[in-house]
Amino acid sequence: MAQLDIKEKLAILADAAKYDASCASSGTKQRDSAGAKRGIGSTEGMGICHAYAPDGRCISLLKILLTNSCVFDCHYCINRKSSNVRRARFTVEEVVNLTLSFYRRNYIEGLFLSSGIIRSSDYTMERIVAVARSLREEHGFRGYIHLKTIPDADPDLIRLAGIHADRVSINIELPTASGLKRLAPEKSGTRIAGAMAGMRAAIEDGHDARRRYRSAPDYAPAGQSTQMIVGADSANDGEIVRTARRLYDRYALRRVYYSAFSPIPDASAILPLRRPPLMREHRLYQSDWLMRFYGFGAEEVAQAAGADGMLPLDIDPKLAWALKFREHFPVDVNRAPREALLRIPGLGIKAVDAIVAARRVRMLRLDDLARLTVSIARIRPFVTTPDWRPTTLTDRADLRRALASPERQLELFSA
Amino acid sequence: MAEILHRVTLAAQDDFEGWREAARALVMHGVPPESVVWQVAGEGGDLFSAVAAMPLPPVGGDGGFNVPRGFIDIARTAIAHRDPERFALLHALLGRIRDWPGALADRADPLVRRVETMARQVRRDMHKMHAFLRFREIAEPDGAVRFVAWFEPDHHIARMNAGFFVRRFATMRWSILTPEVTLHWDGASLCEGPAAQRADAPAGDPVEQVWRTYYASIFNPARLKIGAMLKEMPKKYWKNMPETALVPELIAGAQAREAGMIRTAAKPQQGHDRKAALAALAEEARGCTRCDLHRHATQTVFGEGPANARLMIVGEQPGDQEDLAGRPFVGPAGQLFDRAMADAGLDRGSVYVTNAVKHFKFVPRGKRRLHQSPNGGEIKACRWWYEQERLVLRPRLTLAMGATAARQMFGKIVTISAARGRAHRLEDGGEGWVTVHPSFLLRVQDEADRREEYARFVEDLVQVKERLTALD
Repeated sequence: MAQLDIKEKLAILADAAKYDASCASSGTKQRDSAGAKRGIGSTEGMGICHAYAPDGRCISLLKILLTNSCVFDCHYCINRKSSNVRRARFTVEEVVNLTLSFYRRNYIEGLFLSSGIIRSSDYTMERIVAVARSLREEHGFRGYIHLKTIPDADPDLIRLAGIHADRVSINIELPTASGLKRLAPEKSGTRIAGAMAGMRAAIEDGHDARRRYRSAPDYAPAGQSTQMIVGADSANDGEIVRTARRLYDRYALRRVYYSAFSPIPDASAILPLRRPPLMREHRLYQSDWLMRFYGFGAEEVAQAAGADGMLPLDIDPKLAWALKFREHFPVDVNRAPREALLRIPGLGIKAVDAIVAARRVRMLRLDDLARLTVSIARIRPFVTTPDWRPTTLTDRADLRRALASPERQLELFSA
Repeated sequence: MAEILHRVTLAAQDDFEGWREAARALVMHGVPPESVVWQVAGEGGDLFSAVAAMPLPPVGGDGGFNVPRGFIDIARTAIAHRDPERFALLHALLGRIRDWPGALADRADPLVRRVETMARQVRRDMHKMHAFLRFREIAEPDGAVRFVAWFEPDHHIARMNAGFFVRRFATMRWSILTPEVTLHWDGASLCEGPAAQRADAPAGDPVEQVWRTYYASIFNPARLKIGAMLKEMPKKYWKNMPETALVPELIAGAQAREAGMIRTAAKPQQGHDRKAALAALAEEARGCTRCDLHRHATQTVFGEGPANARLMIVGEQPGDQEDLAGRPFVGPAGQLFDRAMADAGLDRGSVYVTNAVKHFKFVPRGKRRLHQSPNGGEIKACRWWYEQERLVLRPRLTLAMGATAARQMFGKIVTISAARGRAHRLEDGGEGWVTVHPSFLLRVQDEADRREEYARFVEDLVQVKERLTALD
């Protein structure tokens, strides 16, 4: 293989990393380099997206693989052993220098490092940890680090990742065990689950230690996350939502990422060529939000799905739920508990909090509500105020059509 | 309009302390907001010099009053808004808060809302500056390096925002140039300089080429969401970001790639191991729980036949015997189907035979399991498997037997009698034909009618066979 320069390597190893959806840099503890003699960087709680690509995704971290060579042959993966892609490999030092030179120019919040598996899982995991260690210890880097861990590696090595990283992740890959068997025959669902459980324990031990000794180091302060590919196996939305719920509960995950399967060059024959609409991924993220912030249970979200277990694409899952369970509406915005307000389609958390604050000082009328919300037209069918009662609207059979927004633009490229 | 005007001159656009002191005095003396003209030193000339302006009356020694912390936070932020009315609006709000410290909770109030909106816009602008400001490296006379950025904020946020860059880049030397002010950090202290121009900043940095490589490579051309990008990274920021020049070509390239992919997808795949793909699909389908039918059925009955079959025949669903055997078309209807195939001169071994729904649906009646037709939801749930089978097989012809199969094939309800006997263009480019389900033949009571229906069924099969030959 001819010598590749940094730019060529970066092109290959960023290209290979782009199928990981996560780029979050939020939720870690605050730190900075003010007053420090050496080192660089800060994290201030809120993540920062330093750029957006035309795929609509945020670019917050330098997201690369250490190498895209891999001994595994997972069918959905562009880096699988039998794939014909160009291979490249970064040295630990190259990744460290690239991260620092991007960070100094304010291009990124930090590094998201993953890798194909070379030689052995342990060897690969060691190299990943070595990058993070060098950044933190040799260069005093205080920016964000997300490490992807390799479930087959030695649990002690995986645990090391959390010492340097803000966030660690282990991909569940596919929502069903049968899908994993078909598409990633060398990966074991049990090993993945075991690694996640081990990580949860390590994170909780870290918290414990921090409580007892102030000098204890932070351990993966931004927790762990995972990703599943949507549309490559047979799981419907109901099953995916239940799987996600289980993951959140069992492994105390911070985030579950959904990545609509996108056709990769040089695809394996095992893999279906048709991709799911991008809107499906969006609807799953919306359901995820409903579960995490709006008090919906996984079963309730699944009820919003149609008879085939799929969430509607033309309307969001909260609206779908409301249209199916119209007996919960209309909601009296002046008296209803916060939980009932959260169920109103078109009302976000901020709007609900504003309503709860404002109604302590005045009886909210429809135009008050209009000032507190983004679109009064959307929520009007589901609320009552002293001057508004949607007598006919809530029962209208064509309410769905009236509220569904045409999102053709998004669908244009996803057929 | 009130007759007497007071004039307050603030030291700078973001002079919060100056505003605070003045507004406090104005409120103490009951001066209404409409009687005050706010100015910023060195800006806008002396528009109101013709108007008699009274000096502010002094505030007595015990003249302070407390305001909630929340107001200070919001006012400190909103003061940086570019709207010239902000000083007066905040003055009005301060007056209200003095009388009623809980006024900020009344979030439906237009004034509260407006000030909140201003603060939110300022916070967003600050956040975008954290995100989109780009440093370029230059060498300094002493051999060290300095990082210099040019940024054009919407609001007067540069000074307020300096802390972020100090905390993050504490050990670097840097300068941030804006059209309003410049900020310089030498590793220990921050100092201010006069307004700058874009030409004062360095024109480039060699690392930008590497960064652009990253930007182009991390973009996934299989998904375009231009609206989502523009919402978070509006075009007004583009001119000062090295990577955004690539956007038009990335979009154009993605669209061309998409068109290419649709073209290839329409063609049957060559050289791939379709047999392995079908076997893997069948294996995965064994665990299918996409609808409730899996609860009572014995097993999934997947399609079978050669992976290079050019004809795909679709039935309704497995029956009692198929459910037990795990293979399609082995029961009474299957036997009739085999006979008709032989009569038509078609070799079942060269055809891929499958069902629209892959689990047996029934109601128990004593010892028997009575067949029930699958409903729309079940057909739709099973569509995933049907589509996967087609993606692998890419059959030239597809024959749907019965209403359920036809519904799966067309994706909508069709009448068999209307669709029968002619070719239909399918969405994926294949050709579809329709006939009755062989179990229908078993249910025809009259002997003569049955013979006639059977003959028509065989005729349909013959027609499909001839069409297949013609397509060669």
